Amino acid sequence: MSKISLKNLRHSYEPEPGPASEWALNEMSVDWSDGGAYALLGPSGCGKTTLLNIISGLLAPTEGEVWFGDENVTQLPPDHRNIAQVFQFPVVYDTMSVYDNLAFPLRNRKVPEPAIDKKVREIAEMLDLGDTLMSRAAGLTADGKQKISLGRGLVRSDVNVIMFDEPLTVIDPHLKWVLRSKLKELHQRIRTTMIYVTHDQTEALTIADQVVVMKDGLVVQIGTPVELFERPKHTFVGHFIGSPGMNVLPCHMEQGKPVYAGRQLDMATPITQAAEGARLEVGIRPEFITFAETGIAVRINKVSDAGRFNIVDTTSGEDSIKLLVPSADNLPADTAYLHFDPAHTQVYADDWMIS
Amino acid sequence: MDKKTTNQKAWLFVLPVIILVAFNAIIPLMTVVNYSVQETFGDNVFFWEGVKWFEAVLNSDRFHASLGRQLLFTSIILAIEVPLGVAIALTMPKKGVWVSVCLVFMAMPLLIPWNVVGAMWNIFALPDIGLLGRSINALGIDYNFTSQPIAAWFTTVLMDVWHWTSLVVLLAYAGLTSIPDAYYQAAKIDGAGPWAVFRYIQLPKMKRVLTIAILLRFMDSFMIYTEPFVLTGGGPGNATTFLSIDLVKIALGQFDLGPAAAMSLVYFLIVLLVSWLFYTLMMKDEAQ
Repeated sequence: MSKISLKNLRHSYEPEPGPASEWALNEMSVDWSDGGAYALLGPSGCGKTTLLNIISGLLAPTEGEVWFGDENVTQLPPDHRNIAQVFQFPVVYDTMSVYDNLAFPLRNRKVPEPAIDKKVREIAEMLDLGDTLMSRAAGLTADGKQKISLGRGLVRSDVNVIMFDEPLTVIDPHLKWVLRSKLKELHQRIRTTMIYVTHDQTEALTIADQVVVMKDGLVVQIGTPVELFERPKHTFVGHFIGSPGMNVLPCHMEQGKPVYAGRQLDMATPITQAAEGARLEVGIRPEFITFAETGIAVRINKVSDAGRFNIVDTTSGEDSIKLLVPSADNLPADTAYLHFDPAHTQVYADDWMIS
Repeated sequence: MDKKTTNQKAWLFVLPVIILVAFNAIIPLMTVVNYSVQETFGDNVFFWEGVKWFEAVLNSDRFHASLGRQLLFTSIILAIEVPLGVAIALTMPKKGVWVSVCLVFMAMPLLIPWNVVGAMWNIFALPDIGLLGRSINALGIDYNFTSQPIAAWFTTVLMDVWHWTSLVVLLAYAGLTSIPDAYYQAAKIDGAGPWAVFRYIQLPKMKRVLTIAILLRFMDSFMIYTEPFVLTGGGPGNATTFLSIDLVKIALGQFDLGPAAAMSLVYFLIVLLVSWLFYTLMMKDEAQ
């Protein structure tokens, strides 16, 4: 087990990449500490799988280095990196029994048979596969097969990192919860570094200690779920995480404070960073907007019931603003005034947060 | 709820096929059955003979000899074509412009009419003017497929391998390309060597198409007629007289219609039985 560092990593599938659009992965440097649970979150085609394949060694990066602890593994093939990977679609060796599937990585590494037996039974027990150990792997359900995939990684005691490439895609919704908590529990027990790729924010936020949000081959923010929620560094993070996403409204600055719809908005700390000539926007999550006596005047368009909350759709001039209010609250009539919580109001210059 | 609605109209839709099959298979087959239990001297005069012809065929040394040759030939070409076809399919490119080039080259022998294949190889292998025949003789090996049984067998087998290995290649290749990349990646991560990848990923995924390939090659080679007929004419002597060549000799050479009919039926049942057994065993294994 070791720390994972990515140093100035870039990758392109073109033989001679030119402009930024030809790079599947733009320059990134990341440090992941040993034993953590990390998620790579982003929409399809943002470079998550490319990054994962570079870490596992299935792909050699065009530029940059991958380090496991003190070792530069950039040029090492996957089988020399001591990694495990669970794929989007379950990969099991159909003709083998569950037992043989789990024993396969160890047998390939010439581990003595008694040691294999002990390890396989231990892992099978951990994954609740004990009952099916001797049946053919091909006969299992999708979640069972994914457990085998995971198990093939877990049987090896020398694994540096276990990687998951959207592993719950083919799993039934009610089982997703079960497997997710199982995974979390396993991680607490074995403390192997985990990297989990997904485009599902719920999955990323529940499993990972730290989430890496990616967009167009670029890491836009690395942070804990709370950080991503409360202080999105990029408007994309604001949109992508949270349901509904963050409200992003055009503004301009006056004395270090954003002005929207003719009203100056309060902020916890005034903006000192200069942003001359940039496109300025103010971002606030629907959770941090409340109805007030005075403030930004809006017209209420639609109220959707989301259980404990109502999602209220309003418009102020050209802009649409969404807010979340507890279902119990009485809603004002057609027109209302909104108050933005100063502690959670952020300003963005060309989509990046400024402070 | 256990009352089933039945719709007899479905039979109407199957009727055309039944009529078609009746005319091209069932009625001709029945004619053969008719011949197999009677003796005829022409003029549409028949004498009932019962199972006499069947007894004669089953006890005939000549039939045993052709059947033996046939089994040997089919075993040899299966033993060569299946592993060779798989090996070629494994070395074929998975993507790029060469895929279509390879596929077209592979398909070429399959497109040549059978009698042309026979004629081609006949000329190709002639010891005096054929490229193959002369080359072998030039190496100092005495080779003449028109007079040496071994040379005749060698040429016939080589011709069949040339003609039909492509079929196995194409089917195996189709099976191989259907394997998702993730399997190879997982195998790499699990530290599997090339043999383990073949044994546990490629072979299992090719199993269905290989079953079909073996079945087709078994049936076709067991009924082979045109190519050896044009190449060797069943000779030298009876060395390459396979079942169908022998059958034609009896039926059309000697005009022994009764024995020939009985032999065809036995022949037909052997092909049917072996194919059925093989298929059932493979599918039974699949179901487990």
